[in-house]
Formats: sequence, structure tokens, C-alpha cells
Amino acid sequence: MTLQNESIQRAEPKAKYCRFKKNGIRYIDYKDPDYLMKFINEQGKIFPRRLTGTSWKYQKKVAQAVKRARLLALLPFHGDALK
Amino acid sequence: MKNYETVFILNPVLSEDQAKDTVEKFVKVLTNTKANIVNVEKWGLKKLAYPIQHKSTGFYNLIEFEAENNAVAVLETEFRRDESVMRFLTTVLDKFAVEYNTRRRKGEFKKDKKQPAKQAA
Repeated sequence: MTLQNESIQRAEPKAKYCRFKKNGIRYIDYKDPDYLMKFINEQGKIFPRRLTGTSWKYQKKVAQAVKRARLLALLPFHGDALK
Repeated sequence: MKNYETVFILNPVLSEDQAKDTVEKFVKVLTNTKANIVNVEKWGLKKLAYPIQHKSTGFYNLIEFEAENNAVAVLETEFRRDESVMRFLTTVLDKFAVEYNTRRRKGEFKKDKKQPAKQAA
């Protein structure tokens, strides 16, 4: 038994990017619930920026769009196994 | 003048004709306030993500228009007065949204679901 710690092989973390900046999307449509499904989990909660990599500028717009879609019953406020 | 769009949900108890008349009524309200109607879309009877007023479906309608800001207040008063309107949402469109909507109208982001609704409108 060695007391020395073995080196752990961790995968290189992939750099996250903002999909809106990369693809030049300037407007997020609240009328398109299928697209907004990418930004919510199966309970209907909005994913944090640290998971999706969205920039702060567009995260605010994503949140606004999801909330509008919820008001119009295009997305549920809370759900079960949406995906 | 600003660009606006409003989505509203009508009671599913209405017949198709009644729903059509109601939409025309709101379009008339807007034209009376000297608004330019850009687009009117009927998405038809859709399932709601959660029940509203104990109803699980509703007639979705979209009106895009260009108007002075006082027109919105007039329109929303009419929405509140009409009992067949279950939900409404009016939003201001910025320049990117206007661009997006013109592309959407041409069907550039077409999904098979949206096409039949457009023909009905």
C-alpha cells in the first residue's frame, strides 16, 4: 500500500459557450414552447446559467420568455416528467 | 408608434363562429384607435399546459399591430370586460422581435404544426 495519492484522470472540461451569441440569435420567442423546453428541466424549472453556458444577457431573455410562455399556458408552472 | 403583439386565449365553450367574431371585435377595437394591424393568426383549439377556469383547452389567437401606447390600455380594458377571454398577454416588440416575426410569418422557422394554423388565419 502506498501512501501517495494516485493521480486521478479527469476528462478535460469542455468549454461552455452561449448558444445565442454563437448562432447570432437576438430574439427568443415565447410562443415556441418546444424550443424553450431546452432551458427547463423535467419539473419545469429554468436551468441555471452554470449548466447551459448561456450568457447573462441572454439568460435574462430566456427567463422572460419562459415566464411569458407559462402565463399563456404554453409551458406548465410545475410539471412531472416533461421530458 | 410602437410595435406590439398580443396573444389571447378564448373560452373553448364558444363555437368556431363565435370565436371568429370575438377576434374580429378586438381587431375593430384596435382599428378604432388608429392602429395598423400587421398580422392576425389563429392557432386554433390548443391544449393548455394547466387548467385555466377549469378548462383544459382554449382558442389561441395572435394579433400583431403598430399603435400608439394608449391603444394598448383600450384593448386590455376590452379584454378584461369580455368574459370569453381567459388569458391575454401584450408585449412590446423590439427591432429584433419585429425582424423575427416577419421571418416567422414567411414560414422560415416552419414546423409542421404551425402551417395548418396559418392557412386557417
